[in-house]
Amino acid sequence: MALLQISEPGQSTAPHQHRLAADIDLGTTNSLVATVRSGEAVTLVDPQGHHRLPSIVRYLPDGSVHVGHQARQEATQDPLNTISSVKRFMGRGVADVKSLGDKLPYEFVNADSGMPKIRTVAGEFSPVEVSSEILKVLRDRAEQALGGDLTGVVITVPAYFDDAQRQATKDAARLAGLHVLRLLNEPTAAAVAYGLDQQSDGVIVVYDLGGGTFDVSVLRLNKGVFEVLATAGDTALGGDDMDRAIATWIMQQAGIGDDADHKQLRRLMHAACEAKEALTESEVAPLKVELMDGSHWEGELNKAQFHELVDPLISKTLSPCRRALRDAGLKADEVAEIVMVGGSTRVPRVRERVAEFFKRDPLVDIDPDKVVAIGAAIQADILAGNKPEDELLLLDVIPLSLGIETMGGLMEKIIPRNTTIPVARAQEFTTFKDGQTAMALHVCQGERELVSDCRSLAKFELRGIPPMVAGAARIRVTYQVDADGLLSVTAQEQTSGVQANIEVKPSYGLTDTEIEGMLKASMDNARDDMEARRLREQQVEADRTLEALDAALSADGEAYLSAEERSRIDMEAQALKAARDGSDAKTIKQAIQAVEKASEDFVARRMDSSIRKAMSGHKIEEFE
Amino acid sequence: MTVQQDFFSLFSLPIAFSIDRRSLDEHYRALQRTVHPDRFANAGDQERRMAMQQAAQINEGYRVLKDPLARGRYLLELQGYDLNDEQKTHQDPEFLMQQMELREALEEVRSASDPMGNLQALIADFDEQNNALTESLASALGSGDMDKAYLYLQRMQFFRKLAQEAEELEADLEDY
Repeated sequence: MALLQISEPGQSTAPHQHRLAADIDLGTTNSLVATVRSGEAVTLVDPQGHHRLPSIVRYLPDGSVHVGHQARQEATQDPLNTISSVKRFMGRGVADVKSLGDKLPYEFVNADSGMPKIRTVAGEFSPVEVSSEILKVLRDRAEQALGGDLTGVVITVPAYFDDAQRQATKDAARLAGLHVLRLLNEPTAAAVAYGLDQQSDGVIVVYDLGGGTFDVSVLRLNKGVFEVLATAGDTALGGDDMDRAIATWIMQQAGIGDDADHKQLRRLMHAACEAKEALTESEVAPLKVELMDGSHWEGELNKAQFHELVDPLISKTLSPCRRALRDAGLKADEVAEIVMVGGSTRVPRVRERVAEFFKRDPLVDIDPDKVVAIGAAIQADILAGNKPEDELLLLDVIPLSLGIETMGGLMEKIIPRNTTIPVARAQEFTTFKDGQTAMALHVCQGERELVSDCRSLAKFELRGIPPMVAGAARIRVTYQVDADGLLSVTAQEQTSGVQANIEVKPSYGLTDTEIEGMLKASMDNARDDMEARRLREQQVEADRTLEALDAALSADGEAYLSAEERSRIDMEAQALKAARDGSDAKTIKQAIQAVEKASEDFVARRMDSSIRKAMSGHKIEEFE
Repeated sequence: MTVQQDFFSLFSLPIAFSIDRRSLDEHYRALQRTVHPDRFANAGDQERRMAMQQAAQINEGYRVLKDPLARGRYLLELQGYDLNDEQKTHQDPEFLMQQMELREALEEVRSASDPMGNLQALIADFDEQNNALTESLASALGSGDMDKAYLYLQRMQFFRKLAQEAEELEADLEDY
């Protein structure tokens, strides 16, 4: 029996129930979860009162995991099974991972999918699985704080993340049982946090130096619309590199050789990080490092030496700044504000050099570790539908050009970098040989001319091309990038209309089958299984579809539907309601499709009408 | 696609080369506010897909209209002019000589005594020539001389590429 709902005293019983939404800032070093409560964006704490969750996962022999502070404490004792900075491995191949830092303590093993796995005492895990453990902890924290299941989450990613890295992040969310409302670029989120604060229009630059990634974005703010003009960065540059530079310096000073073991390296990185933080306040940082024989080395690092060590790294961030400005067609003096994001911008030397470059003091009012989470929580609240009248709109871009491999291993760009998303663009290709019936397509991302210098995203084959003379076939390849920055590719032979039999093999990602397999493996069979999960997913989708349809019908049903059309939609909606309360996921899915089919014209007419309204409803005077 | 029309009408602008940039920007923002997929985060799959297609179309229209080169080409296409007709290319011997000289000038930047100053002067010169071409294009399109408009577009295309090369060189000079 269904129970009637009674709201808490004082809470609204308005038709729009408040949806529980949160933002997860999945950082290299630390992660956060934030939400909007009583109109204010706040980060949520764990029972011990910590906002930040160290992005560290330790696998134990019995298959259980420790995540966060506990894992960090245990890292020195158990370096091989304690994974930190996993964000740096997302969507990367084994070769990339090796080039990140030659001193990683983990053992990487090649997997079938091209995405490497990390060998632990509990088994081999992909970076996607490791990340999902962090997401699960934050999901639980949010659900406990909010007192219910989350409708959806916004997950922030570096703007400079390529397609494989974004896809890996979304896969991790799926593994953690989260519905992703949007993958939001971190600098854009930070701009929202500051933009709403300052209520000003103009160009702002977001300088985001985190633990492992650097991003810079140039945005134009105009009456609630945040339009990203250009973005640039380096996905393998951050505060960790500063620590590494200091650690290397300590090794030279202390006479520690290259044969140092993992524990020693952990201690060195720890000492380096502490020294870096100490130098924010003082002129000299004392150093004390335990050596392998149990004795201690003591020394100190002064500011001048520190600057010498980190200056080359800071200089490396200024070159993307120049490029982003150039791509946006702007000069440094046209920038109204600089927003600082990421823990590494706490380093005074970073602020100094950025101020020098833009000839203006950067904004540091909001905690650089929280600013992304705060901005994204605001966006999550809006996306969940809790503020239907809000005017905030974020227009993002793709950070790197998307292209395809052509003859001679050359990269042909189909969508250039800094193109506003969503975007769809098509290009035609032809056959090379007489009678050619298949074509291998290689999807790449990057700016270089040679495919071998770009990132490989996926390979697929188009089969069933009718035999023709070379150059006669016309294969139209369409690239579509959604608002999350995720690419999908389709191909069609134009003269025959043969739609591609596309088999996409992600170069560094996981296939759907692999994700299903991981989901299965991670399930606790006693209380959950794949069927139950699928059913729940379809029920949520059914509810979403029905709710959206109800709202649309009550607003515009009269205006855009004939009596027949209306009764057909009502009939399918009834059928979906019945299916939704059943126990078969497949039946629900079919019923959803039937509702979509019946309401297709209605949805199109409504969209059409709102576009016409937007076109004609605003005269120029109104904008002033 | 639901709304089928040319980009100018989509942004409530007259079909002409000269555009009111501010009006274009304002209409772009108003349209995206209406159709951007973020406005449909809680809608069903079908509506979200449709919103994405519409938003992509509006982004494409905005990109074409705000860029004089893309806008000029689009205007010719709207009038049924075949831009891919190979007969029409390589018919500009007068400009060919100039192209070679401009390229040479760019190549010599690195060996100049003040490479950056030299490059900045060149970039300013390219801009000026491109602006002059844009004006010629506007008047050719205004008088309906499509072959002439096409010729100017080809030249502008060359300057676009040259400007990109100059920017790459600028990035190189700045970083080292």
